[in-house]
Amino acid sequence: MSPDAAGRWEVVIGLEVHCELRTETKLFCGCRNAFGEEPNTNVCPVCLGLPGSLPVLNRQSVEYAMRIGEALHCDIRPSIFHRKNYFYPDMPKDYQVSQYDEPINSDGWLELPNGKRIGVTRAHMEEDTGKSTHMGGGGRIGDATHSLVDYNRAGVPLVEIVSEPEIGSAEEARAYVSELRAILVATGASDGKMEEGSLRVDANVSVRPRGSTALGTRCEIKNMNSLRSLGRAVEYETGRQIDLLESGDRVVQETRHWNEDEGRTSSMRSKEEADDYRYFPEPDLVPLAPDDQWRKAVRDSLAPMPSDRRRALASAAHTEPAAVALLVEQDLDGLVLAAIGAGADPRIALNRAANEVAADPDGAARLSAESFARVVTLEATGKLTATQSKQVLAAMLAGESDDPEAIAEDRGFEAMDTSALQAVVDQVIEANPGPWQRFLDGDPKVSGLFIGQVMKKTQGQADGKAVTRILQERRDG
Amino acid sequence: MKTAVDIAEAVRTGERTAAEVVEEHLGEIERREPEIHAFNLVLADQARQAAADVDRRVAAGESVGRLAGVPLALKDNLCTRGLPTTCSSKILDGWCPPYDATVVERLRVAGAVFVGKTNLDEFAMGSSTENSAFGPTLNPLDTSRVPGGSSGGSAAAVAAGFSPLALGSDTGGSIRQPAAFCGVVGVKPTYGAVSRYGLIAFASSLDQIGPFSATVADSALLLEVIAGHDPLDSTSIPQPAPSLMEAVEAGVDGLRIGLIRELLEGIDPDVAARVREAADVLSAAGAKVEEVSVAATIYGLSAYYLIAPAEASSNLSRYDGVRYGLRADASDITAMYEQTRAAGFGPEVKRRIMLGTYALSAGYYDAYYGQAQRVRTLITRDFDAAYEHFDALLSPTAPTTAFAFGAKTENPLAMYLSDVCTIPSNLAGHPAMSVPFGTGDDGMPVGVQVLAPALGETVMFRVAGALEAAATAATVMA
Ligand SMILES: [Zn+2]
Repeated sequence: MSPDAAGRWEVVIGLEVHCELRTETKLFCGCRNAFGEEPNTNVCPVCLGLPGSLPVLNRQSVEYAMRIGEALHCDIRPSIFHRKNYFYPDMPKDYQVSQYDEPINSDGWLELPNGKRIGVTRAHMEEDTGKSTHMGGGGRIGDATHSLVDYNRAGVPLVEIVSEPEIGSAEEARAYVSELRAILVATGASDGKMEEGSLRVDANVSVRPRGSTALGTRCEIKNMNSLRSLGRAVEYETGRQIDLLESGDRVVQETRHWNEDEGRTSSMRSKEEADDYRYFPEPDLVPLAPDDQWRKAVRDSLAPMPSDRRRALASAAHTEPAAVALLVEQDLDGLVLAAIGAGADPRIALNRAANEVAADPDGAARLSAESFARVVTLEATGKLTATQSKQVLAAMLAGESDDPEAIAEDRGFEAMDTSALQAVVDQVIEANPGPWQRFLDGDPKVSGLFIGQVMKKTQGQADGKAVTRILQERRDG
Repeated sequence: MKTAVDIAEAVRTGERTAAEVVEEHLGEIERREPEIHAFNLVLADQARQAAADVDRRVAAGESVGRLAGVPLALKDNLCTRGLPTTCSSKILDGWCPPYDATVVERLRVAGAVFVGKTNLDEFAMGSSTENSAFGPTLNPLDTSRVPGGSSGGSAAAVAAGFSPLALGSDTGGSIRQPAAFCGVVGVKPTYGAVSRYGLIAFASSLDQIGPFSATVADSALLLEVIAGHDPLDSTSIPQPAPSLMEAVEAGVDGLRIGLIRELLEGIDPDVAARVREAADVLSAAGAKVEEVSVAATIYGLSAYYLIAPAEASSNLSRYDGVRYGLRADASDITAMYEQTRAAGFGPEVKRRIMLGTYALSAGYYDAYYGQAQRVRTLITRDFDAAYEHFDALLSPTAPTTAFAFGAKTENPLAMYLSDVCTIPSNLAGHPAMSVPFGTGDDGMPVGVQVLAPALGETVMFRVAGALEAAATAATVMA
């Protein structure tokens, strides 16, 4: 695809995210909801779909679904379950109990760190299928000699979150899933593990002439197991569709399989072959209508969402929400907010948290906001240089002590007073007449040489900014 | 033969042993079952063991349940732990459920003695038991005739004296119509009154388990034991079982009873005559009886034959050869599905799966399934309107008495018409029961159907009790 071609087209992406809920038990039976156990051990007549068995809805799964709905600003409505009928060996009843035209959550939105809102069409409940392993072929059912089915996953509660087709790039798709994952984890409903399949993403990708408002023909991409593969798959598929359209072909509506090793998508089935799912209301379940009291309890129990946390930190630190997204993601916003509350300089607190603290998650867990505020203040007031402050913080994170003043004293750290520093700077100027002349001639690059020399002479105790200031005074004065 | 009420009393007081009772019934089974074929499986050893257990408890002075020592036959679509449960279909070949249905569990606790699993139309789809993969059941009153269906085996077991009690399931009349054909009492309770957990589904929104017995009081007793909320069935009504025994003899003085006009049309004249006589009898007993129109009932059959097959097409998908039952040896998964289901299901089951699949197809859903659900709402509405003026309603149970084998097998529509009077109650979720009331011109029994509003079992048993008393008196007089 040429850059010109890329400029003529724009991609439109809608995402369907299946989220396994972290309930104790499955959606319709008392079997444990657990990952990675001996196959077919967490099963019973209900989740095996044995004749005569009947489903009973798990209250905790409804609670989690409502939390997700609240967190995504959805309308939470009375809902019903439908049966989605199709034959597949890992589906014990040969129908999936899901929600269809009356889902529990609809019409919500999610805010990306950059402030853009992506519409959430719906977030409905359904049961997971079992897991098939196709043996003796290429891993597909068609060329297998036999298949093994593990029904431990059958009946595990899922919430499927469907976005509006409002995502405009592979990068934005990754940002959406990343943000959604953080929200799902914050609600307590999910562990957010894409690698273990507890979060599964399908992407509906189409392209259209840039500026057009109509949607192009879409393809649904499946089998992306990480944020990275989501990005790669969407990039690939976008290019594939643009190439087709540029060469005068058309895109065929179909489901495509992402192959991580080959780095490309391939056709699974076209729309013509698509199943007629014969949806109809599940007669074995009754309508679900959470009362106001329950809804209020769910609302009140929700932890703050990532976007709220970004806003809170950004406002306290006088910066933009996008600038603190990583800190929130790393769960360091609480520490920084508390340090600012204790009087720490916001800019230095953000910096030290984003670099030194973030680099040591174990140490971060030990670090008290109060001690952190103190080391930041030592730096902000010039009592410690930046270099010294980082060393003190590293010692605190390593668990040496939570008293920054004591560590600084132990190390013999004292910010040099200005007159002592001036003397050292003068010595260095004297010893380097050639570079000094170049500095006087306006070559800014040589200032690094002077700072380095001063640092060497003072064993790193000098403040680099103070050295620069003295150099400028000598030049200008 | 003694009634269940008498047997339970005699066993409890030590007047008779459960062992004697069960031997008496097993003897009857041995004598006539080879001819009648009421059972897919006779549980002689298990029954003797269960009876011995009851006797041991009685001897030890332990408390025994309300059905202690009473022989009981289970329709073979009710799951019994470790015992074959076939639905009279080849597709469940070799399958033994690892669990008991809720009703089975409640009956075990009550001390009932299971004597066998009874024959049925495959997956309860039929009105004559001719659709069983294991051959038909014969009507014990005239073996040239069908016992009705789909619970024909259960009705025949009670009529032949194999057991005083039996359980059936009723989706469109599958308890009431065979009860009428075999001259016994059959009850379809309010939808949700009896747990469906462990009943192998035909049409989930219509299926309901219910009693067969020789007397109205025995059905009342059995229903009291099996009804009541079950947390394993989401559609189970959160209420305890109703008290019905007193209702049987409470009389009908002051009750308002409506004779459904639409369900007297197209009925054999002898059957219609018995129903009118039943109305007269109730009137004489102090009830106020009038004709009433429940107009939408005439659309019941059409709606039923969309809704029931639609649900069945989905419920029966799981018989795919993957996990249990029959599996055809085929080269790939699709061929395995096709060959398994082609070999495992009989023609009527296939017909209904196809009907139901079609009714739910994209583009047809609204015209068929959607429309049928609207009719269902209309029927409920018309019933509700009638119940503003009446406490119970009356109709024939079936348009005819028991017909001859083969009379309707070539014409599915004629067979379907056999359920025209019973289907409306299933669509509305209301209780209804069949009470024997005289005979037709052919000497075969006629069943009168008593219908009541949702959870109206008490008034229904009052009317049934009064009809039974009158019918018994008439027999004595004759
Ligand atoms: Zn289970």
